[in-house]
This record gives sequence, C-alpha cells and structure tokens, in this order.
Amino acid sequence: MNDDTIICRCEEVTLGEIKQAIKEGARDVNGIKRRTRAGMGLCQGRTCEKLVQMILKQELGKEYKELKPASDRPPVRPLTFGVLGGDKDE
Amino acid sequence: MIKREAVVIGAGPAGLSAAIEAAKRDADVLLIDESLKAGGQLFKQIHKFFGSSAHRSGIRGIDIGKELLEEAKKYGVEIWLNCVATGLFKEKKIAVEKSLDNQNKTAEIIKAEKIVIATGASENAIAFEGWTLPGVMGAGAAQTMANIHNVLPGEKILMIGSGNVGLIVSYQLLQAGAEVVGVLEAAPEIGGYGVHAAKIVRAGVPIHTSTTIVEARGDEKNGVKEAVVCDVDDCWQPIKGQEKIYEVDTITIAAGLKPLMELARMHGCRCDFIPQLGGWLPLHDKNMETTYPGIYVAGDSAGVEEANTALEEGRLAGVAIAESLGYIHSNKASSIKNEIWNRVDGLRLGPFGESRLEAKEKIIKTFQ
Repeated sequence: MNDDTIICRCEEVTLGEIKQAIKEGARDVNGIKRRTRAGMGLCQGRTCEKLVQMILKQELGKEYKELKPASDRPPVRPLTFGVLGGDKDE
Repeated sequence: MIKREAVVIGAGPAGLSAAIEAAKRDADVLLIDESLKAGGQLFKQIHKFFGSSAHRSGIRGIDIGKELLEEAKKYGVEIWLNCVATGLFKEKKIAVEKSLDNQNKTAEIIKAEKIVIATGASENAIAFEGWTLPGVMGAGAAQTMANIHNVLPGEKILMIGSGNVGLIVSYQLLQAGAEVVGVLEAAPEIGGYGVHAAKIVRAGVPIHTSTTIVEARGDEKNGVKEAVVCDVDDCWQPIKGQEKIYEVDTITIAAGLKPLMELARMHGCRCDFIPQLGGWLPLHDKNMETTYPGIYVAGDSAGVEEANTALEEGRLAGVAIAESLGYIHSNKASSIKNEIWNRVDGLRLGPFGESRLEAKEKIIKTFQ
C-alpha cells in the first residue's frame, strides 16, 4: 500500500488522507469520518471501517478493542428524501 | 404506524428459524428481508453440511432453505421481501423501506413488541495496491454470482484466505468452470477444515501458506491482469525479493466476516469486541435477548459462526419470544431450549468450535 491507495472506495479517500487526519488529531473512526468523509458513502463504512481501524491501530499503537465503530445513525441504508417524505414523484 | 407482535429482520437461517418457532406457537410474526428471495446465504450453499444427523449432515444448504421456506408458509409467517430496515428507534420501532424492486418505494415505521435482529454479517475487505480495480471482489460476492446468478466472476481466479469460505468457494468456482490458480494464506497454516482443503488440493489447486497479496495490477477499463504475491515473515510482513506474479483476471477475498450490528447499537443494546466471533457485536443471554428487553439477536449478527449455529440460535430466540408473549408455558419452553442448547454445544466442539464456545460462554456470563 502507498499513500495513494484508496481506503474508502465510496468517497475515494486515500491512505495518505487518513494518515493526515490522524496527524491533525483524529483518534477514532468518528474522527476520521468527520475529517475525510471515509465511511460516509453508499456503503456507510461497511467495507472500509475495519481498514480505517487497522490504520488507526498502526499509526497510534491502539488495540482494536479501543477502536469502536463509528456512531450508528439512521438511515443505515441509502434512502431518498422523496421516499422519506412520502412523495411518489421523487 | 404498523404494529406487529414480533418482527424478524433478516430471512437467513437464523431469521427464518426464529420466525418459524415463534409463529408455530401462534405468535403473529412479520419477517422482512432486503433480497428478492428469503433464505439468506443458504441458497448459495450448494455443498453438503457437516456434523451430526441432528444437524442435517449430508444435506445441502439450498435444500435446508427450501424446507424452511415451506415451514414458514405453513405456520403463517408474513414475509416482506425487498424490504430493508434503515433504522431502529426507541421503543422498538423499526424504520423500513419497502418495495425496493420498483418505483413505489415507501418508508414505514413498524412498532414491534419483540424484535429479532438476524441481519448476518458483511465480508471483511483487505486493502492493497490496486484492490479497487474491477475484478477484485469478496469471495461471497463471487459465490453469489456463480451460485445464485449463474455468472462466472472470472476465468482465472486467485483466492485470498484459506478459511472455510475461501476453500469452499474455491471448489465451487472450479465446479462452475473457472480456473483457480491458487489459494493464499498469510498465516503459517490453513484456516479452514482439512477436508475442504484436501478437496481443492486434489483438484490441483495449490494452497500457499505464509503468503499474502501485495498488489493487483491492471487498469480501470479491463480490470485485473496480474496479482503480485509475496511470502511473509513471522510478523506477517512481506519479505522483499520474494514477490511472485500470477496472471489472473479475478482476485477473490475471503478474509473473514464481521457481524452487522448497527441496528442493535443504534437502539442502545450493549456491544463488545469479541475477536473470536468477528469483532464488535451485541451481547446476548441464553434466550438470545440483548441488554435491551424484547430485542433479540441470532446468527452471524450475534457472532460469526456457521449456518447450523445460526439455525439453532434463531430457534432459541423464536421459542423465547413465544414464551415471553405467553404462547408457551415456561416449563415447556425451558425443556425445548435445553434441547436446543445441547445441540448448540455439540456444534461448538473441536479445535474450531472451542474458541467460539468460550467466547459465547463469556458473553452469556455477563448477564448473570
């Protein structure tokens, strides 16, 4: 892997960007998410979350147990405003 | 708002058996699933199951799936397909999106007295240079393509990971007509059952232990062309100069699964990190009930194991729900649950089962 390797494919966030976010103070998955959008795309981090945890573990010397998943908020699957609002002509 | 006595989220082996056991005892059960068809992973499992006769050894997953669908129908389980849970709100309100297959999608809220979260697991990714190229996919994705959609994912395939998923899917890809050029395993030993490994080795597929993938080469348009692999040292780090190149069009990744537990966590069910069972997962007691009363969890979302354990955990949840709704006397329920627990313990034996047994016992102890 090099710094250009994509980690979050939905939002196209690279390893270098995640390392930079850690340098800027990110200490957990939520911190990475807020700074880079990793885990905020279509799959909601189902693919990249463990990768992000692995990078945090390596960079900060933390244990997996200390690296909780990102906060879980609805919708956990993509949902349009049209469907939420009940508008059939979305 | 729609109201139901019991709602089961996910119609795989755990969800189906939970729904059947509760409905069998007259509970009003709604089972939802995001797919076109109920059955979860069972319909991908064209191989025969192992274990004792109590666990239907020698029967194929697809046939178990068919039987479960018939039973669900017989006992009047209401099934909504193409329906995905998008959230879980207090108190036990499930947000769903219905009719995913057409233009008339709607959002609904279902208020349930009892909920079973049987959402299964998702595949772990591993990142390496080129892992986002077309042709790199999860082993489960390749299995879905081959066994459900009858589409061969590629012609020359390299499998990463020698756990049971990696071994079984390799064999099924061979059966489907692909060439599997090899199976890589970063650990010094094969991860899955020897019998599965022997089957693919006999078919001429080499398994390379202490080896990892370092790069997928190719381009966005034509996908993967080559896989660069490398021996690893005792710390699983690639040893420079030991690289080898395979010409392949597909790289499948079988690096384990992690429980899908967002819904449980969102509702405040206590979760913990249990590496033997796939990572973060909601804790449960002997009834499969989470720390939030009325919310149950079963199958891979309660800790990654096998289809058989998922079936039994679903049954436990279903019986416990029927009991707690007053459809079955607690003496009767206890004896049924004890029988199920005996079978579950039987599934958690041997070198592969022991660590799972230990982890599950530890989880249950936190409730005592």
